[in-house]
Amino acid sequence: MPKKSTYQNKIELLQGTLDLLVLQTLQWGPQHGYGISQAIQTNSGEVLQVDTGSLYPALHRLERQKAISSEWKISEHNQRVKVYHLTANGKKQLANELSRWEQLSEAINRALNPPQKESEA
Amino acid sequence: MRLRLWSRRQEHEAELDEELRSHLAMAVQDRLERGETLAEAEAAARREFGNVGLVKEVTREMWGWMWIAQLLQDIRYGLRSLRRGPGFTAVAVLTLAIGIGASTAIFSAVNPILFKPLPYPQAARVMMIWDFGDDGTNLYPTFGTYRELAERSRSFDALAVMRPWQPTRTGMAEPERLDGQRVSANYFRVLGVPPVLGRDFDSSEDQINGPRVVILSDGLWRRHYGGDNRIIGQEITLNDNLYTVIGVLPSTFENLLAPAAELWTPLQYDQSLPSEGREWGHHLRMVGRLRSGVGIEQASQELNMIARSPVPEFSRPAHAALERGLSINSLQDDMTGGVKPALLAILGAVLLVLLIACVNVMNLLLARGARRRGEFAMRAALGATRARLIRQLLTESLLLALIGGALGMVVAMFGVDALVALSPAGLPRVNAIGVDGAVFAFAFGITTLVGVLVGLVPAMHASRGDLRTGLQQSSQRTAGGHQLTRRTLVVAEVALALVLLVSAGLLLRSMQHLFAIDPGFDTSHLLTMQVQTSGQRFDEDTTHRFFAQSLEAVLHVPGVTAAAFTSQLPLSGDLEDGYGVHFESSPTGNPEADNAAFRYAVTPGYFEAMGIPLRRGRLLDARDVADAPVAVLISESLAKSKFPGQDPIGQRLRIGPSDGPWATIVGVVGDVKQTSLVVSQPDAVYITTAQWQLFVDRALWLIVRARGNTAALTPAIRQAIWSVDKDQPIIRVATMDDLLAASAAERRFALILFEVFGIVALALAATGIYGVLSGSVAERTREIGVRLALGASRGQILALVFSQGIKLTGLGVVIGLVGAVAASQTIITLLYGVSRLDPITYLGVITLLMGVSVIACWVPAWRAARVDPSITLRAE
Repeated sequence: MPKKSTYQNKIELLQGTLDLLVLQTLQWGPQHGYGISQAIQTNSGEVLQVDTGSLYPALHRLERQKAISSEWKISEHNQRVKVYHLTANGKKQLANELSRWEQLSEAINRALNPPQKESEA
Repeated sequence: MRLRLWSRRQEHEAELDEELRSHLAMAVQDRLERGETLAEAEAAARREFGNVGLVKEVTREMWGWMWIAQLLQDIRYGLRSLRRGPGFTAVAVLTLAIGIGASTAIFSAVNPILFKPLPYPQAARVMMIWDFGDDGTNLYPTFGTYRELAERSRSFDALAVMRPWQPTRTGMAEPERLDGQRVSANYFRVLGVPPVLGRDFDSSEDQINGPRVVILSDGLWRRHYGGDNRIIGQEITLNDNLYTVIGVLPSTFENLLAPAAELWTPLQYDQSLPSEGREWGHHLRMVGRLRSGVGIEQASQELNMIARSPVPEFSRPAHAALERGLSINSLQDDMTGGVKPALLAILGAVLLVLLIACVNVMNLLLARGARRRGEFAMRAALGATRARLIRQLLTESLLLALIGGALGMVVAMFGVDALVALSPAGLPRVNAIGVDGAVFAFAFGITTLVGVLVGLVPAMHASRGDLRTGLQQSSQRTAGGHQLTRRTLVVAEVALALVLLVSAGLLLRSMQHLFAIDPGFDTSHLLTMQVQTSGQRFDEDTTHRFFAQSLEAVLHVPGVTAAAFTSQLPLSGDLEDGYGVHFESSPTGNPEADNAAFRYAVTPGYFEAMGIPLRRGRLLDARDVADAPVAVLISESLAKSKFPGQDPIGQRLRIGPSDGPWATIVGVVGDVKQTSLVVSQPDAVYITTAQWQLFVDRALWLIVRARGNTAALTPAIRQAIWSVDKDQPIIRVATMDDLLAASAAERRFALILFEVFGIVALALAATGIYGVLSGSVAERTREIGVRLALGASRGQILALVFSQGIKLTGLGVVIGLVGAVAASQTIITLLYGVSRLDPITYLGVITLLMGVSVIACWVPAWRAARVDPSITLRAE
């Protein structure tokens, strides 16, 4: 059950990674907010659930940072939807964040499995 | 700008709304395609989505310019909400306006006196230097000491000495006595203010028999010489002598050392320091400018080192040997030392008033917050976070404070005028009191502080806890936490009011004591003024003749019943130092050990005119002329201390120097208060002006007792004197009652302010009690209904509410008593004839507070007792 008061905590907790996930999803093509959340959920094997209370602030923030931009389109169900796509800026940011993420996960892996043990063994 | 922002915001809002709606619609669509029913799909999608309002809120915060929009929204909303409760808003704004206005007014008066630097360049370096008297108090330094310090001290850029000078500008229709100063050549260099026109004094002009030169103030220059630049080098007539004008001071110059002075001439004392001359008289004031980098401590050490190590070039007489060293303190401290305790006490009092006003408004806001719980719960349900709610409520309280502060500035402007009008004569820098930048900053600062302070607690309260219960319940029954806070606030209010009222009460009792003092003479229908002779044509004989003829003329003025001249006037505020009086019968035979007494050279008739009673012997009369045996009267106190159990009549005494003539005591008269009503220093010796041979008093006080309106006689008396000689100035005309009031002016000033503050505090505390009790009665209507239905009598209900109110007041009184005892220490210098723990004052104030609180309880109690159980019980 979602708790109202914890939304903001989650934004902060997921801040860097959610931005990365959003940018990565948009790499495959323009998408609306609902589509992005569904894509992240599906691609993560239903593990990651994206709160709307985190997703929309992230989208609006990225748009302000000019990493993504938006336009209104008509969906297949004949509905006006706001669709986001990556900008040139956003592609650079994605590359940066990806390499940062790789460094981070590598570093965390190494920290969790100290190399000395391997050399001694 | 605001409009564009507003339309952009509307656009963004609409888009966000649509974006989220499409999200929900797509979620529902997906679920429908998976085979769920429409109702199931919609419910599940909503649950998954969460709180739409909150998602919007946190998303909006990503829009950079949102805070402005939110602030505008908060302000708009706040104003609307304040408009919705006009009664509440009016009371809160007025309360804050009084609190902020009063403190701003007091601050504007206190700031230039105590805190602002004096109007001189590097004013902190301007120092006063004093000799020490035998009793350890400050003593005027001599010219000899000045000369020695000027030569030997290395701590000062410049040193100067000064004395008052009152020349008469003659040769016109009416003589004008001017206020000025005789100063050593460096005076304006010490202050750091050179003349703006012409030049400063040169040290070559400050020699005995030096040239007659004068520097004018801007005011005098404009008033009498039309602001004409050609005045430099012109000659003006003062005391029948020609003086050359060499300079004019800037209009901004404030002469704090003699605020009334308008012209300056060199001191011109004898630099060779003859041992019997005025050069060794303790009658000058010394001021110095510290060299840059020299601190007051360092200067003090150097001065005392010089004092301890006399050198042959500067041999000192015994009375100016500097055995106790020298004292130095800054001009600012020197000027404000006397009024500092009173001003700080007043500042403290007004801050108490401000605090009470804040507590009162806080209380109002709490009560209002309790009534608005439903509204807050609704807003929280619609997605407002707690921080957002607190921000909204703080915006409201800040708005209240700002409106109150703006109104407070108006109060302050009137307040400052009233303060200046009320201020005692001894208050320095009165002309610098006004509303300036510092005052605005102060007012704005306390307004903001008050806004936050007053709003924070109620805002925390209103947004605390589970707001959903607020929505479910009717707000009527949610008593509890905030009531406790409100009661605490009322207790605090009563306590603060008690502190103020006790201080006001103690001052009031002091004033009563002060005016109950018998000055020893009849003060009613007594007109006083100072008459001077000036110019070279007056020698001893002509001076005596002038005063005798003037007195004769004055006695012929219709309405005058008695008149006399005297060298000193009791309670006039400036008495010369006492003279050593040596009694022939004195066992010690050592003139140095004799007590000082005030010397009065009077014309016969003085005692009759003043109403001073004769105790023994005879009064001075027409017999006591210059060549008759010298006769004196002594005061009762002197007779008692010098001749206990004996008859002083026929004994002999000597006034002043040890080679003076002996005088015979012919009578004893009653004691009078001399320097002030509160100082008991009644020793006095009276002699006729004709027999006073030590020197001629060129300025005498004329006292006139008359029938009816004494002040109205002034023009006729003036004309009578000028009919004798038209060139003699008459100054300081006042009735004795005026002088009496002036001698108590400082206390009266503090008293009036404390009384006003006390009454405001009392009124605020009363409204506080009233507010809490009516709130509590309103919230307990149901409970009271139940009690009545179960058989409680109306009297019991009345007692219930009363006891609640009285308990609060009682607790406040107990806490306030502790505060009052502590606070009374700060006004101890203003008290007279009353202990700071005076039981009558404390009891009186407690009775007053209790009485007022009973009145404040009455309306809510009466309302509670009129509750109709059949209506209240059915209401819910």
